Amino acid sequence: MIKDTFRKATKWSVMKSLILKDIDDLVIGSMGIVAFISFFVGGVVAIQTSLNMTNPFIPKYLVGFATRQSIILEFAPTFISIIMAGKVGSFITSSIGTMRVTEQIDALEVMGINTINYLVFPKFVALTLYPFIISIAMFLGILGGLAACVYGGYGTYADYIEGIQIDFIPFHMAYAFIKTMVFAFILATIPSFYGYYMEGGALEVGKASTTSFVWTSVIIILSNYLLTSLMLG
Amino acid sequence: MIKVNDLHKSFGETHVLKGITTAFEKGKTSLVIGQSGSGKTVFLKCLLGLYNYEEGTIAYDGKIFSQLSTDQRREMRAKIGMVFQGSALFDSMTIEENVMFPLRMFTKQSHSEMEDRVNTVLKRVKLKDAHHKMPSEASGGMQKRVAIARAIVNNPKYLFCDEPNSGLDPKTAIVIDNLIHEITEEFNITTVINSHDMNSVMEIGEKIVFLKDGVKAWEGSNKTIFQTDNEAVTNFVYSSNLFKKVRRMYLEEHD
Repeated sequence: MIKDTFRKATKWSVMKSLILKDIDDLVIGSMGIVAFISFFVGGVVAIQTSLNMTNPFIPKYLVGFATRQSIILEFAPTFISIIMAGKVGSFITSSIGTMRVTEQIDALEVMGINTINYLVFPKFVALTLYPFIISIAMFLGILGGLAACVYGGYGTYADYIEGIQIDFIPFHMAYAFIKTMVFAFILATIPSFYGYYMEGGALEVGKASTTSFVWTSVIIILSNYLLTSLMLG
Repeated sequence: MIKVNDLHKSFGETHVLKGITTAFEKGKTSLVIGQSGSGKTVFLKCLLGLYNYEEGTIAYDGKIFSQLSTDQRREMRAKIGMVFQGSALFDSMTIEENVMFPLRMFTKQSHSEMEDRVNTVLKRVKLKDAHHKMPSEASGGMQKRVAIARAIVNNPKYLFCDEPNSGLDPKTAIVIDNLIHEITEEFNITTVINSHDMNSVMEIGEKIVFLKDGVKAWEGSNKTIFQTDNEAVTNFVYSSNLFKKVRRMYLEEHD
């Protein structure tokens, strides 16, 4: 399937509009939920860290430090990807699956179109913008932590800002974005596979979406473990 | 012309098509009829090249499909129009975009040229003011017309229809049948329709191929189907009292 995604390309004028549509559906359409979750989870991470720091010898800037590390290393790349497996993954599976059930894929094949390239390649290209979503998640997560910390009375603005600047290792950003690109690839391929090769009717579209979510999440978690062992271990 | 010779197709242990040989002529409306499960859809999908078959040949104007290279097959498919049972319109596109799709894919026409062609074809299938509707906003009959418009927009040489009037009321079904028949004659294309609608058989069946359990059990036209003694055909076609009566009247009239 991956090989077919890149061969016998669809006419560029058509492909361009498909890519723009998928960017709108998969990337821009996910911004709202990603922003909402990131901001509030960032806030919760800051509150939890602050509440668990009972020792007076622990510096106050640690709230900002812990929030930054949690958000950049795990929350933004991994847990947003799990959420995206539910939102974007099931959208991809159900939209391709519905096209299969309603013979729209057959209609494309009869016309001599490479249906895998037509359906999957635009999703691949759209999800190359996935790091942009994760960057937003990182920024809003840390901002949410700041808001919760300052307005909730768990620390000062200055301590939090000091915390997010202290001991910053640029490689952690590289690690996070390498993971993000791997997860983007998983998000584009596994749901497309389950949608494209499904058989049956409307009920099976629902089942395929659920199966696709489960397997996309499993593969993301496993590859997260592997990448972390390889890059940070 | 499409010539099919000794076509065999199996799914695992199940032998679905058992040596079908027939021909479909240019400018004529041919119908493949038979009970559900007789192999009609598999036969049509073999004709379209959607299924590979184990034995036999399918030749489009002398060119054997299975012997064509990938590029030649692609070229050949651009000459094929298909109307699916459920219309298979693209949900995310308007009616105009659906009809324009084959032109965008296979021609280098400018947008205004494509628009002109789409307008002509939509007018031909008697659809006005529907350009900007989504398929979900169109009735079953309208969706079928759009599917026909999309199938003929790129001037195909071959038109295939899988039960084009299923799910339609009798009046709309006849309109769709006649539309396909008129288009076949007007554009001189080879049309093959899968159907188990007896009205279609009587109205437009210039050639009829009857399949039973994957075998061609009978071949004729809407004229000869009244006179046939083939038990399988008569049991299928004249299964209702109405059609039994029609047949009796026809035979009395022509005695």
